[in-house]
Amino acid sequence: MKIHEYQAKQLLAAAGVPVPRGIVARTPEEAAAAFDTLAGPLAVVKSQIHAGGRGKGRFLEYPDQPGVVLVRSADEARDHATRMLGQTLVTVQTGDSGKTVNTLFVEAGLDIAREIYLGVVVDRESNGPVLIVSSEGGMNIEEVAERSPEKILSEPVDSGYGLHAFQARKLAYQLELSGTTVRHAERFFPKVCQFFLDNDCSMTEINPLVVTTDGELLALDAKVSFDDNAMYRHKEFLELRDLSEEDESEVRAGKAGLSYVNLDGNIGCLVNGAGLAMSTMDLIKLHGGEPANFLDVGGGANVDQVTEAFRIILSDGNVQAVLVNIFGGIMQCDTIVEALLEAYEKVGFTVPLVVRLEGTNVDIARTMLEQSGRDIITASDLTDAAQKVVGTLSP
Amino acid sequence: MSILVDQQTRVICQGITGRAGLFHSQQCREYGTPLVGGVTPGKGGTEIDGFPVFDSVMEARNQTDANTSMIFVPPPYCADAILEAVDAGIQLIVAITEGIPVQDMISVKQAVDASGSRLVGPNCPGVITPGVAKIGIMPGYIHQPGSVGLISKSGTLTYEAAWQLGNVGLGQSTAVGIGGDPIIGTGFNDLLELFEEDEGTEAILMIGEIGGTAEIQAADYIRQHVTKPVAGFIAGKTAPPGKRMGHAGAIISGGSGTAAEKIEALQAAGVAVAESPADMGTAVQRAIASRAAARQS
Repeated sequence: MKIHEYQAKQLLAAAGVPVPRGIVARTPEEAAAAFDTLAGPLAVVKSQIHAGGRGKGRFLEYPDQPGVVLVRSADEARDHATRMLGQTLVTVQTGDSGKTVNTLFVEAGLDIAREIYLGVVVDRESNGPVLIVSSEGGMNIEEVAERSPEKILSEPVDSGYGLHAFQARKLAYQLELSGTTVRHAERFFPKVCQFFLDNDCSMTEINPLVVTTDGELLALDAKVSFDDNAMYRHKEFLELRDLSEEDESEVRAGKAGLSYVNLDGNIGCLVNGAGLAMSTMDLIKLHGGEPANFLDVGGGANVDQVTEAFRIILSDGNVQAVLVNIFGGIMQCDTIVEALLEAYEKVGFTVPLVVRLEGTNVDIARTMLEQSGRDIITASDLTDAAQKVVGTLSP
Repeated sequence: MSILVDQQTRVICQGITGRAGLFHSQQCREYGTPLVGGVTPGKGGTEIDGFPVFDSVMEARNQTDANTSMIFVPPPYCADAILEAVDAGIQLIVAITEGIPVQDMISVKQAVDASGSRLVGPNCPGVITPGVAKIGIMPGYIHQPGSVGLISKSGTLTYEAAWQLGNVGLGQSTAVGIGGDPIIGTGFNDLLELFEEDEGTEAILMIGEIGGTAEIQAADYIRQHVTKPVAGFIAGKTAPPGKRMGHAGAIISGGSGTAAEKIEALQAAGVAVAESPADMGTAVQRAIASRAAARQS
């Protein structure tokens, strides 16, 4: 689960990580008032969306308006806020359709001496958390890793103790920080790591981490995401979820206990098992089609879930045919067909439906399909299924 | 011959009084697995469908001589259940549970690595040595006895592969679902080593997917250490970056963990990679045939 920058900073600040002073604004007037409250010569007005690249991003409605902007007066803050709130911000990460900005974060301007990258993630090779820093602050860290891997520095984080002070100093010296800034790093780095551990984060990224002209460290940006599997022990974070940032169909699928990802193609898929669902997408592509989605109904799908799955697939206006691919294991094929036929009746199919079944009780299930009198195309194996479903789209 | 599961296997089920735990314990027993009891703290001394229930893994082990545990404990308590099995000296721990927090698995992984126990999973279908015993949720009849070692991150895709192998007259020595989580117990390389050493295994099929770098490390391992023919398949060629595809670990992040880079690495290591998921069975045939041809020339 992802949260907004302002939410991440509130949590980090509560954990003792220094962040700039900032105020949330949901109207242009609030943005102007925030500028006055911060009482500095400068402030930064930042669009709150989950995607990155906001500074370079521009609004669909106001092509000259950046997603993050420096302002020098309350009037300026108000003017910019008017062109940002309720408008659509397009960045490299949002896709062409962009994201609606509903919230702004107005922050006090800083005297910046240096920008650094800092991130904590779970490293799948060492099977533990790792702290990554780089002198290339404000840059996309993956690009830095690609272009100049020597600029990526990392230290493993002890999942019981956290980051040791010596590790923080080691990284600080490697980053060529000096004087009191090293002392600040000795506290800052371990606190971010502790935040990551305490809150079951999947990622905590501070990019850039700013060294001010006074030698202090402040989190200028913050990206935090949580491990969905651990949310049961952090129920307070569920309030931070912003459903407007997520794909509507994906949210709906989640509520029904289905795993769904929306894609750009026109062949909808309903599959049991994540690996088989991914493979079914690949298979469609291999035979010249384009998958419209990933959908795993899971191991114990019932009539309600299958019905909801069909409804979600068919609510995508791009879908022109549907492929059902089931390998019945403990979940028997006849159970699936029963659900399928009931769902077929409830949903009302208007596009061709190709069904491929294999596994437990497949013979009973095939007979049920044949005797149903429904206009369902059956397939004998994966290749046959892919050819048939792609074939229904041919002119 | 086989790996992990053989005639000496004696299994207990942690979480046997839960719905899934009981159902699959019954299924395993029906298949012929020596399922000798179960553990549910607080229900020790009772019996469920003929299975004796114990309060602790240690007690279950002492009373039944079990060397293997199959775990169906819900995600919030599953790490604890695995650690209890490690503490009790269980040799093989098969964790079926899906949805364990990653940070729980970090400490579990450290404890398992420091012990003499082996963990398979979590979030996996389990392990089967066809005709001998199954420990997990796979339908037994799909798996025919034979000489292909099968390693897979995915459940239903494993069934698909086993079925395709059956269609071309091949069975499995042992099939192992390693699970699709970011942190797992036994990985590709551990099993490649075991299958390479196993006399009953003549060829290996490994099924991977997007996310992480385990398949790339496997390719390195194969190049250096595996003499038996290896076939492979990687799911998720069409998966978009940054989106989790069902499995917690199946995500392309920062442009790495793509299917393309994994396929390339495996092919470079001489693995016969199936282009289509429909060709996993024939890819194994291809791997065996090309190795035989190489031997003759």
